[in-house]
Amino acid sequence: MSQATETDVREDGTIESVSGPVVSAVDLDAKMNDVVYVGNEGLMGEVIEIEGNLTTIQVYEETSGVSPGEPVESSGAPLSVDLGPGMLDSIYDGVQRPLDVLEEKMGSAFLDRGVDAPGIDLERTWEFTPEIEEGDDVEPGDIVGTVPETASIDHKVMVPPDSEGGEVVAIESGSFTVEETVVELDSGEEIQMRQEWPVREARPTVDKQTPTEPLTSGQRILDGLFPLAKGGTAAIPGPFGSGKTVTQQSLAKFADADIVVYIGCGERGNEMTEVIDDFPELPDPQTGNALMARTCLIANTSNMPVAARESCVYTGITIAEYYRDMGYDVALMADSTSRWAEAMREISSRLEEMPGEEGYPAYLAARLSAFYERAGYFENVNGTEGSISVIGAVSPPGGDFSEPVTQNTLRIVKTFWALDADLAERRHFPAINWNESYSLYRDQLDPWFRENVTEDWPETRQWAIDVLDEEGELQEIVQLVGKDALPEDQQLTLDVARYIKEAYLQQNALHDVDRYCPPEKTYRILDAIKTFNDEAFDALDAGVPVDEITDIDSLPRLNRVGTTPDDEADEFVDEIEEEITEQLRSLY
Amino acid sequence: MKEYQTITEISGPLVFVETDEPIGYDELVEIETADGQRRRGQVLDTASGHVAVQTFEGTSGIDRDSSVRFLGETMKMPVTEELLGRVLDGSGNPIDGGPEIVPDERRDIVGSAINPYAREYPEEFIQTGVSAIDGMNTLVRGQKLPIFSGSGLPHNDLALQIARQATVPEEAGEEEDEEGSEFAVIFGAMGITAEEANEFMDDFERTGALERSVVFLNLADDPAVERTVTPRLALTTAEYLAFDKGYHVLVILTDMTNYCEALREIGAAREEVPGRRGYPGYMYTDLASLYERAGRIKGVEGSVTQIPILTMPSDDITHPIPDLTGYITEGQILVNRNLNSQGIEPPINVLPSLSRLMDDGIGEELTRGDHGGVSDQLYAAYAEGEDLRDLVNIVGREALSERDNKYLDFADRFETEFVQQGYDTNRDIEETLDIGWDLLSMLPEAELNRLDEEYIEDYYEEEAEAVTADD
Repeated sequence: MSQATETDVREDGTIESVSGPVVSAVDLDAKMNDVVYVGNEGLMGEVIEIEGNLTTIQVYEETSGVSPGEPVESSGAPLSVDLGPGMLDSIYDGVQRPLDVLEEKMGSAFLDRGVDAPGIDLERTWEFTPEIEEGDDVEPGDIVGTVPETASIDHKVMVPPDSEGGEVVAIESGSFTVEETVVELDSGEEIQMRQEWPVREARPTVDKQTPTEPLTSGQRILDGLFPLAKGGTAAIPGPFGSGKTVTQQSLAKFADADIVVYIGCGERGNEMTEVIDDFPELPDPQTGNALMARTCLIANTSNMPVAARESCVYTGITIAEYYRDMGYDVALMADSTSRWAEAMREISSRLEEMPGEEGYPAYLAARLSAFYERAGYFENVNGTEGSISVIGAVSPPGGDFSEPVTQNTLRIVKTFWALDADLAERRHFPAINWNESYSLYRDQLDPWFRENVTEDWPETRQWAIDVLDEEGELQEIVQLVGKDALPEDQQLTLDVARYIKEAYLQQNALHDVDRYCPPEKTYRILDAIKTFNDEAFDALDAGVPVDEITDIDSLPRLNRVGTTPDDEADEFVDEIEEEITEQLRSLY
Repeated sequence: MKEYQTITEISGPLVFVETDEPIGYDELVEIETADGQRRRGQVLDTASGHVAVQTFEGTSGIDRDSSVRFLGETMKMPVTEELLGRVLDGSGNPIDGGPEIVPDERRDIVGSAINPYAREYPEEFIQTGVSAIDGMNTLVRGQKLPIFSGSGLPHNDLALQIARQATVPEEAGEEEDEEGSEFAVIFGAMGITAEEANEFMDDFERTGALERSVVFLNLADDPAVERTVTPRLALTTAEYLAFDKGYHVLVILTDMTNYCEALREIGAAREEVPGRRGYPGYMYTDLASLYERAGRIKGVEGSVTQIPILTMPSDDITHPIPDLTGYITEGQILVNRNLNSQGIEPPINVLPSLSRLMDDGIGEELTRGDHGGVSDQLYAAYAEGEDLRDLVNIVGREALSERDNKYLDFADRFETEFVQQGYDTNRDIEETLDIGWDLLSMLPEAELNRLDEEYIEDYYEEEAEAVTADD
């Protein structure tokens, strides 16, 4: 979290009452959303309500043993994050305390209370290279220099948004800590590499634009059927066990964003550990460097304090905005937004607010939409363009999508990846239901796919969707009368659909090759199935029985394309297409 | 220590007291009734001037003249290795007639969250000897894998079988490990009947498991509020044995449904705004504070593995209790009523069951290279067979193709040969996988699309020949 260097310490207040994470204090001189330190141990909290002399605080740490009469101290500043080099390759809790530093400071594997640590290392020095010269005029947001933050990312040092700007009177290259001045302006203002920004406020931009580039994820069903744009928003709702986290992690690993901010919000500890263990090892498919070199992790597991869970999504998106300001494409994954909503509900109920639907506070919809609105493809104040794509997992109770969090999310997001317990049960992964899911970005992304992958991308996709639709209808009949009662052409459609499902839609997130499928290969697989489809219907027209058509031995090889290394896949698909054509034509 | 005789209100399990000194949140409270009975409780809400106390043993007999003492500390569990072999009540007092417990240390029962950075990712295979678990939903050390069951189903037999048979196979667990760290079982019972408790105790004594167990018993007629404390005592003990003494601890908590009912009772008494079905809105967080106390820590020998058991009200998996549990735990094992009435032992329905940590705990060097593929293929084939059963009811078997009939046979044999094994049979993983291949050999080779070709070569063909030979 942010440690204000010159904390403006106000008059102390006194605790009046304690109820779980909610503490009330009297005589506290604090503004709404100010950070306060509660009790003798100085537990961190935030002001969430002021009523007369009584101030209500949500505390980010366990409050056992805290009693009325203990002091409360205000920092005079809202909950802010430290922004500067060193955020990538870091793992934070919900209020930007680095977990590795906490472990060291606490001397224990368990999270203790009342320990604070700055969000970025204040001691470490960075190699600063100026991008501008003395005498240049700078304005808020302008890039003054760069710092090699990790192997993958050059960190751009910017003039803070609340600066006056002016003429540069001193700037030099060299090694600096984040608190040392790197630029001096004629106004006497000094600029450091470290900035602070209040998490609940969006950083300023010039304009929001319509996204036209896909965030390719290497997941066939996503890129192929339901693409997400850079700067777009997506929701992944699904009951437990349907693979939300695996899908989120695949996206975090393989999405072609420059920066990934991964928020583990109220989820399992072991899952975060898996990310912490895996990401430094796995290569980024774009740069070949370790994935961690482009990733910032925020882990507030389900048993960590609930108020910090409420704030962790804001911490995450503020960090994302900072990198967007540098002109990077950022992808933010929040797993799971339902836990965030539940944290709001819990705090709201402690405040005895009038509940809305299912006990959630009435402002749930407003908070959700305000959060997703911070995504987008932006023109930044410094003239660069950057994007934030937000992918929020939703965990609807009982897998019922009609509950408030899912419904309020769906009103905002433009891509919907519906996870399906039924598919998960038969181990069809990713268990994304192709009938319920949608992407409203398809049309605006088609030009990109036409230009960069293949001219008939939209047509091929539409063909696949049509086949799947038809299959859905036919399945209803099959459930009643059995497959053999269908006419032969419909039986053949079922078989084609089966290959679309098995060879195309299914993807093994644990297989070294299959876990990432480039768009070209995604297209080739579908195209191969289409080749089979066309040839098979020709054969059928020529009078070949459907059993003989589906019995050809080259057909099951379609299922092996996904696991074929990318550089051999093209040749392999050519070979299969040839064999299929040859074998089918030999039947008539 | 100050004594108050200032009780203003008694309501359900809650007692409201006026105080003239600050009282800490969560602090422990002792209430003495006029006839000298002592009750313990915990501060739920504190404000200057008055506090709300939640009593563990109920409020009957307490009147406004009862005296209240605040003990100035939060609830602690006395921990020591000597606890092994002991039977305690739901508040941690010995009830086995044994000697007083001399603690090494007294630990806060709420516990702190394990820093995710300090956790070690669980990937050590535990062989339970149950095919439906080992083969299809593998358990690993440090996992929390609940059993979702229903009233009248044999979940206790299954839990006992796991507790009895669980081992780490020798190839995976190194020699040093076997000597250096031992296995312990912590059994936390919340609101189970005396009969069920006897069943567990008899089995523990019969198999000699009691020596390496600590038993916490809150029975059905014990105070409901105490149930919110019992699992925390059990887990505090487990953490001590695991992370301080290097034991591999298996914690069995039963029945979580009773625990949640107790939470609801307290919530209602406090007049809180209820969430779904009257359960408190913070139930997810509360359950997480229990379940997340499973795991491993880097550089520490021991581990805490949890098997909570819950009975789903009217077998409904979308009920808040199983639902919230499933969102926190790393999978679930479903005990199924239909399979049970068919006499399958254990009646595990593998389709909705899941182990999230399975993929990292199996494979080459851990179990066997083909394990993942076999499991996926069995899943897919069994799911297909299940689907076809509905169809058969309508059109009859004759109307189905030969392929479909094979899948139907497969589903039947899967249940009667793979899942069915009895509560006393201990199958090792090789045996489990071999049965799996035996069943898969019923299907044409082209259908095995989840398996790598090399494994099909290694395991499938032989079996197929054997099957044809039998024909």
